[in-house]
Amino acid sequence: MQETSLILNKYEEDFDSISSNNPKWSSDLRNKAMDTFREIGFPVRRKGNEKWKYTNARPIASVEYSSAKFEKIDSDDIKLIAPWHESWINLLFVNGHYQETFSDNLSTNIQISNMASDDLAVNLTSNVGGIMDYSDDGFAALNTAFMSDGPIITVPEGENSGIVINLIFYNQGLSDTVNYPRVLITTGGNSTVNVIENYVGGSGDQTFTNSVSEIYVGEDATVNHYRLMNETDDTYDVGYGRVRIDTNGTFNSRSFFRGCGIGRYDLNVSIEGENASCDLQGLYFTNGAQHMDNFINIDHVRPNCQSNLFYKGILAGRSRAVFGGTVLVRKEAQKTDSIQSDKNLILSPHAEVDSKPALFIYADDVKCAHGATAGNIDADTVFYMRSRGIDLEAASRLIIYGFAGEIIDTVEIPELRSYLAESFLNSLPSHRFEF
Amino acid sequence: MADQKVISRQTGVEDTQYKWGFEFDIESEVAPKGLNEGTVRFISAKKKEPDWLLKWRLKAFEHWVDQGDDASPKWAKLNFEDIDFQDIIYYAAPKSSDDAPKSLDDVDPEILEAFDKLGIPLHEQEKLSGVAIDAVLDSVSVATTYQDMLKEAGVIFCPISEAVQKYPDLVQKYLGSVVPYSDNFYATLNSAVFSDGSFCYVPPGVRCPIELMTYFRINEADSGQFERTLIIADEGSYVSYLEGCTAPMRKSHQLHAAVVELVALKDAEIKYSTLQNWYPGDKNGEGGVYNFVTKRGAARGENSKISWTQVETGSAITWKYPSVILQGDNSVGEFYSVALVNNYQQADTGTKMIHIGKNTKSTIIAKGISAGKAQSTYRGQVSILPGADNARNFTQCDSLLIGDECGAHTVPYIEVRNPTAKMGHEATTSKVNDDQLFYLQQRGIDLEESNYMIINGFCRGIFKELPFEFAMEASQLLRVSLEGTVG
Amino acid sequence: MSNFEKLIEIKNLHVSVAETEILKGINLSIGEGEVHAIMGPNGSGKSTLANVIAGRPGYSVTSGDIVYKGDSILKVAPEIRARAGIFLAFQYPVELPGVRTWQFLKAAIDAIRKGNGQEELKIRDFDKLLEEKRQLMEMDPDLVRRSVNEGFSGGEKKRNEILQLALLDPSLALLDETDSGLDIDALRIVSHGVNIFKSPEKSILIVTHYQRILDYITPDYVHVLVDGKIVRSGDSSLAMELEEKGYDWVKDGAGEEVHP
Repeated sequence: MQETSLILNKYEEDFDSISSNNPKWSSDLRNKAMDTFREIGFPVRRKGNEKWKYTNARPIASVEYSSAKFEKIDSDDIKLIAPWHESWINLLFVNGHYQETFSDNLSTNIQISNMASDDLAVNLTSNVGGIMDYSDDGFAALNTAFMSDGPIITVPEGENSGIVINLIFYNQGLSDTVNYPRVLITTGGNSTVNVIENYVGGSGDQTFTNSVSEIYVGEDATVNHYRLMNETDDTYDVGYGRVRIDTNGTFNSRSFFRGCGIGRYDLNVSIEGENASCDLQGLYFTNGAQHMDNFINIDHVRPNCQSNLFYKGILAGRSRAVFGGTVLVRKEAQKTDSIQSDKNLILSPHAEVDSKPALFIYADDVKCAHGATAGNIDADTVFYMRSRGIDLEAASRLIIYGFAGEIIDTVEIPELRSYLAESFLNSLPSHRFEF
Repeated sequence: MADQKVISRQTGVEDTQYKWGFEFDIESEVAPKGLNEGTVRFISAKKKEPDWLLKWRLKAFEHWVDQGDDASPKWAKLNFEDIDFQDIIYYAAPKSSDDAPKSLDDVDPEILEAFDKLGIPLHEQEKLSGVAIDAVLDSVSVATTYQDMLKEAGVIFCPISEAVQKYPDLVQKYLGSVVPYSDNFYATLNSAVFSDGSFCYVPPGVRCPIELMTYFRINEADSGQFERTLIIADEGSYVSYLEGCTAPMRKSHQLHAAVVELVALKDAEIKYSTLQNWYPGDKNGEGGVYNFVTKRGAARGENSKISWTQVETGSAITWKYPSVILQGDNSVGEFYSVALVNNYQQADTGTKMIHIGKNTKSTIIAKGISAGKAQSTYRGQVSILPGADNARNFTQCDSLLIGDECGAHTVPYIEVRNPTAKMGHEATTSKVNDDQLFYLQQRGIDLEESNYMIINGFCRGIFKELPFEFAMEASQLLRVSLEGTVG
Repeated sequence: MSNFEKLIEIKNLHVSVAETEILKGINLSIGEGEVHAIMGPNGSGKSTLANVIAGRPGYSVTSGDIVYKGDSILKVAPEIRARAGIFLAFQYPVELPGVRTWQFLKAAIDAIRKGNGQEELKIRDFDKLLEEKRQLMEMDPDLVRRSVNEGFSGGEKKRNEILQLALLDPSLALLDETDSGLDIDALRIVSHGVNIFKSPEKSILIVTHYQRILDYITPDYVHVLVDGKIVRSGDSSLAMELEEKGYDWVKDGAGEEVHP
């Protein structure tokens, strides 16, 4: 930890210089988080650091980043690198800051505010920081200390219009800058909301995206949450999703990872009401020297709840993918039904996958299972296709597309599904399984 | 052995379940409590060891001191008070061992009687048929049976202290070659202070005609047990080795930090079975053995095979991961395990399969059963390295929970660095199925027996990997350990 | 009229798997329009024969030849054999997670058409064709939208095989234990599909343990395979006789080979 102290000084300077620009209502929260960050620093310890066992945070911790400033951009350019649709509410954040012109507000009952406003009603801001526990997590403390803007989405009771809110966090790629997107979604009883979070951009220069999203799923409410990450290889990205689900609530998450130098998505879902459920699925494709770490925790606190955790990875080049899935079933959480699975397709002899699907169970009347697979395609599968006249290349493509399609097909927003089918599948390398 | 008297005279601890909790009245010679360089030299001198071994011990000791007590592994899911390593006796030997027995006739009759009581007869006329036994009491080996038969086959099976004298080249070549002295905190400690253990060498092409067995017993109060076992199966040979262990009931914890190294050369096979029944502590979690063991096999040659089977019912704390390094092409590693914890027991156990050679294959089947307030964790690592083309692994971990105050956990680590490899991991956690229980009860079988039958069935796949007598004993152990867990 | 005498000729075929010889000199010729049945006890090598003709990897042909449409196909890749008209209905159809049946069948039919110098099928034409075959096989319309064979029952998988047979319209159909695990209704549907396929230009080789399927699809020739050799050949009455007397009856007479 000592060796990063110089870097921490840089963050101190940055903290002093930006404090005056950040919304007043957040200063207490930010000061406390900064204290924590000073105390614990970055999680760079290599020994006994189970949470970061397979991902080395040192490259991120050793760059002297400063907060990225807002710069207005041509919003039409964004439509080329992120999904977008005119029937959606599209909100653009450049370098972590809200860009007004792009965000064509459709009429909706959902209240959408941005944090940068100083004069937000107390009831809106009071929940910021309410779910994200940063006490033992340097990156989360960092975001909380430096957050300057982001959407606060409040879904009123009974709102079920099915509208899609599309959040685009664009990192312009200014050298050695960090942006700190922050999202808060709260849903009232018996409501439904669809939210897409896009983390896109970057450049050939070193940048860092450090985001936190807090999501509260109310009683009988449903949140369909999509997260797309598609940044350049010179971008590091450490993002957090913190979710609490109340009684009968449902949280559906689909996460798609297609690129960045070192990426980590730390998603923690706490099922705190009875008869609630979560369905977390993800697809990661790593190539070149990319590194992606999906660190997912599901905490079953209350009885009669379900969770499904299903991630799939395709690895090429010299890339490395890490999957750390943990399902915790507390003593009270009887009748829990939980399934966890991680499947990997490795296309290159130089790629590596590290998977740790763990279960911690303290209740006896439960049904819990997990599984993981990695490696080669079955020779029988390939022969079956060849015996129907399909050659090796075509068979390989069908297999890889089919592998990825299993997750993409579950996307319920048609425009997003076709966007993913096109952009994601087209980015997959051509490959030939040899038999 | 089920009807032994179960009151420990010295400690007065009463326990209706642990039937091996009595202690023997055997005069012994002990080193003073605590660990320093002098202790290491004392042990080495007692064993009249050659200089190279003393130097190796001292290197280990130095390493142990350098890294400090903080270096003890903290990642396991185990809660226990720090061990005071200066409050342990590092060497205890029955007095009579000073002039080591030449044959069983010379063995102290009290020791023979003691082992009799454990159900391990060492007398020539009552020997367990087809099993050669090396009996280790506290720190030293007291008797090895069936020596003639083994000699005829060319198999060396003796206490490791004796091997150091008689076969120094073999010992020097292989000792520490699988588990180096710097491997981990407890292995380092063992390397410095190991007292005895078994040594086995099976020459090329020999199929060891009988099962080999070491029976470990901690007797001395406040003593630790640090045995070291080394088994080498030379080219084309086969050996099946069994290990059993018990300890008296005591209110304080006793430390057991053993190291087992296996080496299988080309076309050789080693089958290693363990029934671990160290004293688990009483119903309130008082006393019991702290079992920190490093077991590792190197499947070094082509087509070699190493198979670990373990039934773990004892110890207050179990920390062990019998592993296989699959170096030879086409080599095979297996791990079959039943871990049962009850009351306040904690077990963090599993395996590591490191695939290095081509076409290597490993299978892991682990069954965990938790009852009372106990915690059981399966922790296993499967690594497939870049050169391990066509490596295969299959892992299955199933856990059963009995009651809602215990925990069952599964923590696999899967590391794959070869696209032609195939690995699959499956795990489930559940409780004993109510329908099954009802079905049995409806046929007139009482709840406790029904429960036992179902759990025994859950473990059957593992028990069948054990030699017959051992499998019977394992079933018995399961029954005893499950007593009082239902209703 | 074709320029070869027999559609397929198997000449003194010896096949090993991992150094164990499974087929020990098979001679068998199938002419156009003929239906042959290979019967035999478990482990006799029946399935091996069908799979070797289709080119499944993992078998080594140690001697002999397979001549299809006048040319040896031993060195020909399985997809090229398929495009030349050899179709294997698998005993255990493979599940293809995430690969939709529609997508898979379209890829297959286009690959075969392209192999024969034809255009890819227009989507509308393909849909029409697929719907027609689906109805023929009485399959749930939902099944063609799902992943290939995933979550299909045993009977659905076998029907899907015959649907593919109807769709790909090969010259030679190899039916590897297609009847196993079928209930009576599924057997009727499957046999109906095969009978519609049957014509003077098409040849069929049925590999089966039981005589049951032969009640629905009448073979011209029946061969009995025991321990890697054809020990007896005859017409469809041989199948009846086998059903009555069991395989032990032919095992006793092993060695006296009768050519049709």
